[in-house]
Amino acid sequence: MITAPTASKADEVTRVLMSGNEAVARGAVEAGVLVAVGYPGTPSTEILESIANRDDIDVRWSPNEKVALDVGLGASLGGVRALVTMKHVGLNVAADTFMTAAYTGVGAGLVVISADDPGMHSSQNEQDNRAYARMAAVPLLEPSDSAEAKAYTALAFEISETFDTPVLVRTTTRVSHNRGLVELAERLDRPVLGFTKNPAKYVMIPGNARRRRPVVLKRLDDMRDYVEESPLTEAFGSGTDFGVITSGIAHHYVREVLPDARILKLGMSYPLPMERIRRFADSVDRLFVVEELDPYVENDLRAAGIDVEGKSLFPQIGELSPDVVRAGFAEAGLVSKGIPIVAAPSTVTRPPLMCPGCPHTPPFLALKRLGAVVTGDIGCYTLAALEPLSSMDTCVAMGSSIGMAVGMAASGGADGPVVATIGDSTFLHSGVAALADAVYAHANITVLILDNGTTAMTGGQEHPGTGVTLQGTAATPVDLVAMCTAVGVKDVKVIDPYDLAATYGALGDAISHAGPSVVITNRPCVEAPMKVRDTPFTVLAEACTACQACMTPGCPSIVWSDELFEGRRKVVIDPITCTGCTLCVQLCPPRAIVLVNTAEVSHA
Amino acid sequence: MPEGSRGLLLAGVGGQGVILASMIVADALMRAGHDVKQSEVHGMAQRGGSVFSHIRWGERVDSPLVPLGSAEVLAAFEWAEAVRWVEYVRDGGAVVADIRTIVPPGACTDRRSWLRRYPGIDGELFDSRHLKTRLIDATATATDLGNVRAANSVILGTVAAFIDIDDVHWEAAIADLVPAGTEKINLAAFRAGRQVAEARVPDAAQDPDGFSGPHEIEIRHDWCKGCDICSRVCPEYCLAVDVDGKLTIVDPEACTGCRLCEILCPDFAIDIHAPRELAVVGTNTTNESSA
Ligand SMILES: Cc1ncc(C[n+]2csc(CCOP(=O)(O)OP(=O)(O)O)c2C)c(N)n1
Ligand code: SF4
Ligand code: SF4
Repeated sequence: MITAPTASKADEVTRVLMSGNEAVARGAVEAGVLVAVGYPGTPSTEILESIANRDDIDVRWSPNEKVALDVGLGASLGGVRALVTMKHVGLNVAADTFMTAAYTGVGAGLVVISADDPGMHSSQNEQDNRAYARMAAVPLLEPSDSAEAKAYTALAFEISETFDTPVLVRTTTRVSHNRGLVELAERLDRPVLGFTKNPAKYVMIPGNARRRRPVVLKRLDDMRDYVEESPLTEAFGSGTDFGVITSGIAHHYVREVLPDARILKLGMSYPLPMERIRRFADSVDRLFVVEELDPYVENDLRAAGIDVEGKSLFPQIGELSPDVVRAGFAEAGLVSKGIPIVAAPSTVTRPPLMCPGCPHTPPFLALKRLGAVVTGDIGCYTLAALEPLSSMDTCVAMGSSIGMAVGMAASGGADGPVVATIGDSTFLHSGVAALADAVYAHANITVLILDNGTTAMTGGQEHPGTGVTLQGTAATPVDLVAMCTAVGVKDVKVIDPYDLAATYGALGDAISHAGPSVVITNRPCVEAPMKVRDTPFTVLAEACTACQACMTPGCPSIVWSDELFEGRRKVVIDPITCTGCTLCVQLCPPRAIVLVNTAEVSHA
Repeated sequence: MPEGSRGLLLAGVGGQGVILASMIVADALMRAGHDVKQSEVHGMAQRGGSVFSHIRWGERVDSPLVPLGSAEVLAAFEWAEAVRWVEYVRDGGAVVADIRTIVPPGACTDRRSWLRRYPGIDGELFDSRHLKTRLIDATATATDLGNVRAANSVILGTVAAFIDIDDVHWEAAIADLVPAGTEKINLAAFRAGRQVAEARVPDAAQDPDGFSGPHEIEIRHDWCKGCDICSRVCPEYCLAVDVDGKLTIVDPEACTGCRLCEILCPDFAIDIHAPRELAVVGTNTTNESSA
């Protein structure tokens, strides 16, 4: 029935280095998955990308996570194993389907990957998605490295089919983006089971849902029995002085700091193997729980009357690390504090920047000059909130910009024109309904759609507007102008953002238009799908008056030189990174910025 | 700690190829029979941010993260990144640092002192911690060999001296992982890195004396017709035309005296006056930077 995670000893097995993401994908491949679908989001993106070239799996990007889960559920009901991937906040978007998919159960195995990001390396929050498993009464697996990422994903399909439930697999950045050794196995050949009509199970009208609810709870009890015996719960070490309960990456940090400690590692952390935990707790004098983010296991143990130490020693905020775990155990009196660390000398900070020639830069320069109140969104353009553009006033969740602009305009409290800024991928993810609302409310706002033809922030993925699929086939691209017009926006304009005067003009006009207006930029991202590299520019030092006008957009190619003019620094352009966008040229009053090849001629 | 579980850190700036280099290191260690874990963070780092990768190896590796103060080697592809990550190196460990400097625009924002905030290159900076510091000019070495893009392999060659595995594993990993067609040059670069000479640290470029106190902006309101040219051109956002079409100074402190508004005003309505102390400054002695 359910097979244990593989721990093959055969010499001839292929051992390869794989990231956690590649390993998740590999686990799905070996489990015979036929549909893999998701929406990009760090740290989950590479899962689907790593198997995009397989012709035996349908691998796709959806416009958002809810659609992805709907596609996955549909495929599962159609009788094929389906993998659905997203970052942690993506599950908020997909939560509506997720909660009720727990009621419908599955056809063939359905596994949802939630890649959490403790420490918020590239996210807007650090929510702990283990809570979703409990809310939906869905089993939760937490792999701790690449080998387990593969094994657990494969096993999750078995669990899904055995218990007729979607399964949630939660990774974290240090699992997703960690490379470790993985042993490869053969791909299972799974037939398409076909869809069996069963309205009582798949049509969740109240009458049917009421009958499914007890099934969900009964299933939870069955899974409790399973997890008590499951090899997913592993014991390590010896001793009775103390014991540690771990899950996910925290397990390895504990082993690093206390190599011989008694550990009960929870591979499946919902539902919990409460009897095993109780026996473990009874066999030690002190019990610790080390888990990243929320006191999720800890609170359950307390509720079960088990005495435990956890968040009083290990922080609830941010990532754990060997150093953080050591500090916690030092406070508990179990280890020394470790060697004192000599702080590094001070160095330069390197906040992320928009690329040289990024087409998002000029419109934000214009919005700053126009004194707009800018409700922003999530993507590369969010960097406009930072110095020196400092021209974005809000950023909350994907697609929030337009609805928030409608509300901001309704409040009457903005001291400038209200402009929502949103990327093309984000607009198709969750901006369209909000634009309909702007029309419906006749909101006096301007929506700036920054159409760079890709999902840039996450590395340049295709989306329904790009006309290409993840597997490289052609698709019909969504026509953004037609879409905005169809929704009912009267004033829709397309501009070339590299033309600074036109960008100013168009945004100024749109702002003065009563009611909702849309401005769409049309230059591609300089990094994806193709690298845009035009002839670079250079600064004629003798003509530069060091006014700093070209520095206002914050192009990373422009830095100070060693020369001064009237006590101010002149500038130089790095010819290797300059993409030749002409923005600085348009800003330079003394016309000191010229194409590199003309400069060579004039110096000759 | 599992017996012999050791650590190495690679650090650089987005776009420098830190991730590929660390995949090569991890692969070489795996070929040498070690358990290996390698961990990095993608995401915002791709946009010119600092990129770093932890590698751990040994009989059995638990944490993919190197504990502070325990790495055998820090390999930095850029000078400021060597400075940033040095606290991960154990006392007596090694720092291999490219003397290449990548100054971000954020280091060029102090429009009073006009000093760049970038640490000066200093081979003795880590001496108090008894670190073996190797400063190399990987870019120059790779350029001599015929391809700047092989600079990372030069660095790996220098790093190899501090890791006890056979060169065949390094060379197999490089040949396997570098882009097709560049195997030969990268292998040559790796071998060159094995015996690359200590870089001659360029003389710290003397920062020119710069200073601009806030200048005084004088507006002749009866000549101004509120055309808005000056406020649009001011790089410091000092000026604004209000709803009545009247020019106002919104941020007088920010004026650096570039005089763009004065020069471009069609009605000669603006005069910029240098502050008196400017006559005597120009004797700036602090020098934080040498980029
Ligand atoms: C719900 C959710 N899903 C995914 C992400 C990850 N993510 C951040 S920005 C972004 C897309 C950005 O694309 P686009 O709007 O086209 O802007 P660009 O980066 O191309 O400028 C994604 C998918 C997220 N933050 N939240
Ligand atoms: S990746 Fe593309 S969209 Fe993102 S900052 Fe660079 S040019 Fe702009
Ligand atoms: S043309 Fe100017 S603004 Fe554009 S990338 Fe080059 S230096 Fe930067």
